[in-house]
Amino acid sequence: MTKLNSYEQAVADYEPVLGLETHIELDTNTKMFCGCPTAFGAEPNTQVCPVCLALPGALPVANKAAIEATIKIGLALNCRIAEWTRFARKNYFYPDMPKNFQTSQYEEPLCEEGYVDVVVEGETYRVEIERVHLEEDTGKTLHVGGATGRIHGATESLVDYNRAGIPLVEIVTKPVPGTGALAPEVARAYTAELRDIVRSLGVSDVRMEQGSLRCDVNLSLNLPGEAWGTRTETKNVNSLRSVERAVRYEVRRQSALLDAGERIFQETRHFHEATGETSPGRSKEEATDYRYFPEPDLAVMEPSREWVEELRTSLPEPPRKRRERLQEAWSLADKEMQSVVNADAVDLIETTVAAGAAPAAAVKWWLGELSRRANETGDELGALAITPAQVAELQGMVDDGRLNDKLARQVIDGVLAGEGSPAEVAAKRGLEVVSDTGALETAVDEAIAANPAVAEKIRGGTHAAAGVLIGAVMKATKGQADAGTVRKIILDKLS
Amino acid sequence: MSTISREEVAHLARLARLEVTDDELDAFAGQLDVILESMKALAEVDTDDVQPTSHAVPLVNVFREDLPQPSLSREAALAGGPDTAEDRFRVPRILDEEA
Repeated sequence: MTKLNSYEQAVADYEPVLGLETHIELDTNTKMFCGCPTAFGAEPNTQVCPVCLALPGALPVANKAAIEATIKIGLALNCRIAEWTRFARKNYFYPDMPKNFQTSQYEEPLCEEGYVDVVVEGETYRVEIERVHLEEDTGKTLHVGGATGRIHGATESLVDYNRAGIPLVEIVTKPVPGTGALAPEVARAYTAELRDIVRSLGVSDVRMEQGSLRCDVNLSLNLPGEAWGTRTETKNVNSLRSVERAVRYEVRRQSALLDAGERIFQETRHFHEATGETSPGRSKEEATDYRYFPEPDLAVMEPSREWVEELRTSLPEPPRKRRERLQEAWSLADKEMQSVVNADAVDLIETTVAAGAAPAAAVKWWLGELSRRANETGDELGALAITPAQVAELQGMVDDGRLNDKLARQVIDGVLAGEGSPAEVAAKRGLEVVSDTGALETAVDEAIAANPAVAEKIRGGTHAAAGVLIGAVMKATKGQADAGTVRKIILDKLS
Repeated sequence: MSTISREEVAHLARLARLEVTDDELDAFAGQLDVILESMKALAEVDTDDVQPTSHAVPLVNVFREDLPQPSLSREAALAGGPDTAEDRFRVPRILDEEA
């Protein structure tokens, strides 16, 4: 059983230093060094050719679109674009690459020395980027014969090379000290910002659940005023929430070890989505063990300054500017907008508004009821089984007086349970505000008759007492009355 | 004195997944030593004004457009592998030395 400190105690005693390595699969039409298509979900080994299978004599040629995409990412992250850069071979023996090396970049990455600013709880943190380089993705291995489909205990593995050779951009931050207790939130905010920046460039669909954006989280702890500690590298962190949880877990685990006088070993650890824990993986091979050397089969690159400037002028509105624009359009206070950003709801709300909902209503649903549902199930907001268009439809029904808030929440139950669109759910479950005033008047009369003392108070001018009668009517109509209408009928009758 | 130790040769052999006997370790260490010594001769050349070279041909910016080309048929692709199963290449257990 791994001993853990409380998070509060851990960050009171130690200072965390973060580092993030992010891999982003580009959505080019073809692979990095050959013309094989890159469609997701194709039948195994149907998107392979002599180049990506490393058949003897096959020669790679770099994909220009991938180089452009990487330069754009570098520019959007405020990096310097290399004037001279080349590919390198990273040698290792593992069957996920048929070549026995991965074509990557080593000492001369395409982009260096950038930064991303993120805001957490009103503070701006500058996350410095060390490098952005281009490499190729590996094949997918299926481990057979083990109990759990994992590599440990497997008797053999089956390999699909469709993914081998798809362009992959690696973005490495410099160590990020000074975040204190907010390390998990800063790590999450950085990953979200990076994702939004890359998405705005249109060079990747950056879907963490499909593996087109993958994160490794480095973390070390040190005592205040002392040198940085030894870091661990946690892999397999595949959602924003997991980034936060992985940092939190490592802080708690490492602080307990340090308290016990033990050492932290530099190692690769794996994150387990189900438990939020990390466990040790393979011991990390030293960088020199990869025996990097310049790739002799690919020409060096000298991106011209004209090309770089042309790409710079093609960059879209940065997400940060977009958020400022939307905040103004939606008339939100800084704090509210920050909540929207933290909930990862900017796109959801924008789409909901575009589908016809008022901004205030869209914000209310996504940050209120729907955030609550997502928290209950531990899902990301965007993973809920309700679309922005459906939220707009739901709000339309509220605006038309066909649903009240309570009924709308029941409609959400149905939509999330896969029963169809809001209109379909309302029809199937018979959820509709009683608009038959005759029926409401009868219910109000009955409520007055049953509560003569309350009715007397309202007649005497105490309108607040109407709540009791409204409650009785709502109960009688099983919540399907519009509270405003009921109130009006009551006050009309008793004045 | 030898530039490359027996241990370094053993390490390199392990990284390259080569099985090397004790006798071979001694032999290779000696041979690699000769090669490294010979390479040292290059260090005597004045290269202050020479750009480092990784390619014999002075080509830069050789790119292809992002246009799909036909892939191999799956049968042809798998035909090159020693063993296959479920439309995939079948490989021996990966983690055996670390178990």
